[in-house]
Amino acid sequence: VRRQRAAWAFVAPALAVIGVFFFLPVLAALALSFSDFDIYALADLRNLRFAGVRNYVELLQRAEFWNALGNTLYFVIVGVPLSIGISLGTAILLHTRVTLLKPFFRTALFAPVVTTLVASAVVWRYLFNTRYGWLNYALGSFGLAAIDWLGNPHFSMPAIIVFAVWKNFGYNMVILLAGLQGIPEELYEAARMDGASAWRQFVYVTLPMLWPMLSMVAILTVAGYFQLFAEPYVMTQGGPLQSTVSVLYLMYDEGFKWWNLGSASAVAFVLFVLMFAVTGVQLRFMRRGATR
Amino acid sequence: MGREGEVVTTLVPEFERTHPGIHIEVQGLPWSAAHEKLLTAFAGDAAPDVCQLGNTWVPEFVALHALEALDDRVRGSPTIDPSDYFAGIWDTNVLDSKLYGVPWYIDTRLLFYRRDLLASAGFDAPPRSWGEWEQMLGAMKARGGPDRFGVLLPLNEFEPLLVLALQQDEPLLADDGTRGNFESAGFKRTLAFYVDLFRRGYAPPLTNADVSNIWNEFGRGYFSFYITGPWNIGEFKRRLPPALQGSWTTAPLPGPSGPGASIAGGSSLVLFNASHVKDAAWQWIEFLSRPEIQSRFHDLTGDLPPRRTTWNEGALVGDVYARAFREQLERVKPAPKVPEWERIATELRLVAERAVHGQLTVDQAAAELDARADRILAKRRSLLAQRSRS
Repeated sequence: VRRQRAAWAFVAPALAVIGVFFFLPVLAALALSFSDFDIYALADLRNLRFAGVRNYVELLQRAEFWNALGNTLYFVIVGVPLSIGISLGTAILLHTRVTLLKPFFRTALFAPVVTTLVASAVVWRYLFNTRYGWLNYALGSFGLAAIDWLGNPHFSMPAIIVFAVWKNFGYNMVILLAGLQGIPEELYEAARMDGASAWRQFVYVTLPMLWPMLSMVAILTVAGYFQLFAEPYVMTQGGPLQSTVSVLYLMYDEGFKWWNLGSASAVAFVLFVLMFAVTGVQLRFMRRGATR
Repeated sequence: MGREGEVVTTLVPEFERTHPGIHIEVQGLPWSAAHEKLLTAFAGDAAPDVCQLGNTWVPEFVALHALEALDDRVRGSPTIDPSDYFAGIWDTNVLDSKLYGVPWYIDTRLLFYRRDLLASAGFDAPPRSWGEWEQMLGAMKARGGPDRFGVLLPLNEFEPLLVLALQQDEPLLADDGTRGNFESAGFKRTLAFYVDLFRRGYAPPLTNADVSNIWNEFGRGYFSFYITGPWNIGEFKRRLPPALQGSWTTAPLPGPSGPGASIAGGSSLVLFNASHVKDAAWQWIEFLSRPEIQSRFHDLTGDLPPRRTTWNEGALVGDVYARAFREQLERVKPAPKVPEWERIATELRLVAERAVHGQLTVDQAAAELDARADRILAKRRSLLAQRSRS
C-alpha cells in the first residue's frame, strides 16, 4: 500500500497538469459544443443559450462541412500511403550498401521537416505558379499543357498533398531507417542462402521485422494528416472554390475568425470521434498483421 | 496596428511634452492577429484605454458593450468638428444614433489604371460609368488578345464586388440588418455585371496568390485596371520601374450610371469602457485628430486623413495620385453595420467565386447568399425580437 501511495505521489504532478491543461479544457469544450456561445454571449452571458445537439445537427446539414470532410479524407487517403511509401522507399535507399554520401542525403532529405512551414510554402507557391513555376516548366518540356495548380479546384488538393508529403516524409524516413538498421543481418544471410530474391527478402524479412515501426508510423501519420490546416492556410487560404478547406480549417474559421465557439467545439468533437474511430480500426488491423 | 502602430510612437514625445502627467504606452499588433487579440484582451479584462479599430469592427465591439459612447465628449471638444469629416466615414462609427469612434484615417477602394494602355486603346479619360468602362475593357481586350486582361478583380477579395454592390440604392441587408437583401434587383445587377467581366475575358479568374506579384504584372500590362486602396499609391511608386511612373494613375470608381460610390473603410480611434483614465485617453484622441498631426501622420505613413482641413493643406494638396481619393471620399458608404458583417462579406466572396466559375447563375447565387446571411444573422434576429418583446 505504501509503495502504491508513493507511486501516486510521483505521478500526481503530471496528472494534475494533464487534468488542468487537458481534461478540463476538453470537458469545457464539450460543454460549449452544446451551447450557442458567440460574441453576443461574450458580451453578456445571458445571451448564452443551451443548444442541445443543435450545433451537431446543423453541422451535419451544412454542405461546407461535408465538403471539408471530403477534402480531408481525400488528403488522408492519398497523402498517407504516398507519404509512407516515399518514406519507406528513401529509407531503403539510404540503408543499402551501394548508396554514396549517405550522411549528406540523410540530412538533405530530412531538411524539409525542420524548415519553417510558412517559408517553404512561399517557395512552393512559386514552384506551383502557373506561368513562371518550375513545375509547369518541367511539364512543358515534356510537351504537356501548363496546369493552374493553385487556381484550379481539381489540382489544388494534389498540390497541397505534394507539398505536405515533401514537408513530412523525412520524419518517417528517419524512424523507418532506424527500424531497418535494427534488422539483424543474419536473417538476410539465411534468406539468401535459401535462394530468396531481393523482392522476397523484402516481403518476408524486411516487412515483418519492420511491422511494429510501420504500424506506429501509420497511426501517427494518419492522426497528423487528419489535422490538415497549416498547409492550405498558407498556400491557398482554403480556396479555390473551397477545395482545400479541411475540417480543422472549418473549425478555425468558425471559432477563431467568427468567434462561434459553440459550433467550433462541435466541429472539434466530430473530428475527434472520427479520428478515434479510424485509429481504433487501424490498431486492430495492425495487431492482426503482427500476429499473423 | 501594423505600420500605424510603429509610426504613432514618434508622435508620443510631443504629446507627453504638451500634456504633462500623461504617459502613453503604445502596444503594436500585427493586423492579421489584431482582431483575435483584441477580443481575447476584452474577454480577459485586459483591453487598452484607447485603440485603433478597423471601422467594420466597431459594431462588433459595440455589441460587446466594450466601447464608450463619445457624443458628449465630441460636443465639448474644441478640436474635433464632425462637419469637417467626410460624412460617409463619420457614419461608420454611429450605431443606434450614438457615436463610438473618431475616424483616424480612411481606406476606400478605387481604380488604379494604366493611362498609356488606355490611351493606346483610344481613350484619354478614365470611365465614369459602367457602360463606358465596359466599352474600354472591350477595346483593350480586342487589342491585348487572350493573354492580357482589362481589369484584375482578385477572387480572394470581397472588396471589389462589395464596392460595386454599395453603388446600388438598395441596402445589402434588410429588416434592421437581420436578413440578407441580396435578391434585390440592385445587387443582382451588380453581380451580373461582375460575373460578366469574367465571362467576357475582361478579368482573369484568379486570386492574388496566383498573380504572384501584382506590381510586376501591372508593369507588364497583364492587366490595366485594378480596384485597390490608398496604401498601393506608395507601393506603386516604389515598385514600378521609373520608366512607367508617368503612365499610371488613379481614378474614382465608375458607377451604374455616372460616378459611383465606394466603401467607407478605415480605422477609428475608440475609447474602451473599462478604461480608468478616460479623460486622459480622450486628450490623446483629440491630439491625434488635430489636422496638423494628421498631416504629419500622412507624411509618415501615406495613410489618408478623414478631415477636409487636412486635405487642404500640406503634402496632399499637390498629390496627383491622392486627388481621386479626395473626390471619391465625398461618395463613400459604410458597409452594413452589424457584428456579423465580416462573415457575410466572406460568404459574398465565396458565393461570387462559384458564380464566376459558372457553378451558380446570378439568381441562384443571390438566393444562396440570402440563405447564408439569414443563417448567420439568426441569433441577432432572435435577440432583437427578444429585446422588442420585453
